[in-house]
Amino acid sequence: MYRSHVLVCGGTGCTSSNSAAIIETMESELKARGLEDEVKVIRTGCFGLCALGPIMVVYPEGAFYSQVKVEDVPEIVEEHLLKGRMVKRLLYDETINKDNVKSLKETEFYKKQHRVALRNCGVIDPENIDEYIAYDGYQALAKCLTELKPEDVVKIVSDSGLRGRGGGGFPTGRKWSFTAANKADQKYVVCNADEGDPGAFMDRSVLEGDPHCIIEAMAICGYATGATEGYIYVRAEYPIAVHRLEIAIKQAKEYGLLGKNIFDSGFDFDLHVRLGAGAFVCGEETALMTSIEGNRGEPRPRPPYPAVKGLFQKPTTENNVETFANIPQIILKGADWFASMGTEKSKGTKVFALGGKIKNTGLVEIPMGTTLREIIEEIGGGVPNGKKFKAAQTGGPSGGCIPASLMDTPIDYDNLTAIGCMMGSGGLIVMDEDNCMVDIAKFFLNFTVDESCGKCTPCRVGTKRLLEMLDKITSGKGTLEDLDKLEELCYYIKQNSLCGLGQTAPNPVLATLKFFREEYVSHVVDKKCPAGVCKDLLTFVIDKDKCIGCGMCARNCPADTIIKTDYVAEGHKLPSYEIIPDKCVKCGACMSNCKFKAISKV
Amino acid sequence: MKSLEELMAIKEKTMKKMTVREDTGDDVTRIVVGMATCGIAAGARPVLNALVEEVQRRNLKGVTVSQTGCIGMCQYEPIVEVMEPGKEKVTYVKMTADKAVKVINEHIVNGKPVAEYTVGAMTK
Repeated sequence: MYRSHVLVCGGTGCTSSNSAAIIETMESELKARGLEDEVKVIRTGCFGLCALGPIMVVYPEGAFYSQVKVEDVPEIVEEHLLKGRMVKRLLYDETINKDNVKSLKETEFYKKQHRVALRNCGVIDPENIDEYIAYDGYQALAKCLTELKPEDVVKIVSDSGLRGRGGGGFPTGRKWSFTAANKADQKYVVCNADEGDPGAFMDRSVLEGDPHCIIEAMAICGYATGATEGYIYVRAEYPIAVHRLEIAIKQAKEYGLLGKNIFDSGFDFDLHVRLGAGAFVCGEETALMTSIEGNRGEPRPRPPYPAVKGLFQKPTTENNVETFANIPQIILKGADWFASMGTEKSKGTKVFALGGKIKNTGLVEIPMGTTLREIIEEIGGGVPNGKKFKAAQTGGPSGGCIPASLMDTPIDYDNLTAIGCMMGSGGLIVMDEDNCMVDIAKFFLNFTVDESCGKCTPCRVGTKRLLEMLDKITSGKGTLEDLDKLEELCYYIKQNSLCGLGQTAPNPVLATLKFFREEYVSHVVDKKCPAGVCKDLLTFVIDKDKCIGCGMCARNCPADTIIKTDYVAEGHKLPSYEIIPDKCVKCGACMSNCKFKAISKV
Repeated sequence: MKSLEELMAIKEKTMKKMTVREDTGDDVTRIVVGMATCGIAAGARPVLNALVEEVQRRNLKGVTVSQTGCIGMCQYEPIVEVMEPGKEKVTYVKMTADKAVKVINEHIVNGKPVAEYTVGAMTK
């Protein structure tokens, strides 16, 4: 019997900051003190507060240790686990109370969150099926198989108002009913875990922290739609997620929760994992299925839709990881419970991956209808270093930006579409005054140009031409006419591309043009980058009266472009320096090395 | 897995092992064991383990067992304090594993503090 449980985050974020070594050290330290039978160490999934990783939570006290290092482990074992004195300096400052610790739920970061899809992440051991079962796992599947008819299951999902969390926002219940209505000798369920948006990592976290809930949901979907086989298509770049999925599938098979005659109901369901090689286009449903079939991952025209001819030309239901993660709870707690959260047309919660210029980088799950202001200022802890919030990019390369003026928009599918944005998979990249919006658009375009599969011309050639125009603008050679051409080409690509990748690729350009046109205009008319990002439009200058002539800048200049002048400023002993503009590579090394703030960029 | 009963049996069994991880609110009975050098030397570890095991064996809800540092009466270690919401703190001294089990049974379950083990009885 264990008197204390130590939960250490084993998500990708904390693993990269060495949580695996922390677990190892913890185990050997416990052993050295003979505590190994009293204290249990559990590797969990993501807690969400990735900015504070590696994270460790010690129960029964619920002490939340943040940014734990391997060197801290002996102290935690000696002081906390042996002598019962919490190591205050490592506690997350928001949880410190006078004589005990506050519950995590009371902190700013967690207070407004409502965890449905992430409910088990950071709570259970994802490699132990029993812990999932202890937290109501596989009960929803049991309920479906023993009490409900397939059409009842579809109805519950429809009534809940759940919509596709991968970005499209298509009603999940309706999708299921289409597949269910088609007769075929074989049908499939596919889970899209090919999370490709830069900055989005909620699917990975669900797979890492709660893989069994995806297995359970897929089996439920199979029962509801008449499919007996499922595929999970997951990126090979997610090794931890793949590893845990494989363990989970093996455990589920051993328990007979996958396989033949589950719960003695006559229902069979089997599951396979397929690894994607990381092509962004494979997140598009038809390309994904083509890739599972063993072919080159290219989209195919729709119709026929996957519900009619999907994987291996059979009726197929494809949902995203986060969509599936909601299913077991909807079955157990009912459609009304789910529909009670969120807004009129967007029910339930949504997970966002907060990144960029924000204090609490991490995963947050909030009810639909929460405003961007609440997410950024309250949950996210605001923009660091006293900078001003400028915009947030949602939906990655397929989405758009929400400017500061629209911060109070309640976030749901329809509101975001109305302002020319997109929910997307839930990446939320925060930008401050130091970000150039033209540069941001260029960044995402660069990504889509790389990732366009090349099958259709509007996407393959169109995005390339868009990128060239943006290059022209950021290098100071653009004209006002270019802005109109840019916009025209955007609409052309949107209307004529074959799949979602091309149809949404111009969105970052359109959104920045819409909300930050004046920035584009200053690039082409004034030949200036207001945020000071676009190098071709920048010059570094030394204020000769502030320069004391120490020469730090010249010594750090990689291009030898800084020379000594004859000018000695009043009160200074040494001559000042100056930069030769033509030779300057604009790396900024001089500026960051000047202790006297004599160098500025204009 | 052939039936819901089978699933529920696994759930019950695992749940018992996981109660220590429940997010405890304010209305919880806290049993605290002094685990400073003095406490450990006097044998606080077996006391702590006995308390944990008994709480789990009886599947008691809303009870947490944890350690604390030196309480300041080293000659009376191992010391166990029971803090119930809205009640006076009860301090047990010179505890053993057997005494610990009795405290759980009589004090926590039946609500009658074991007067003979308390610091009041010892210092009289």
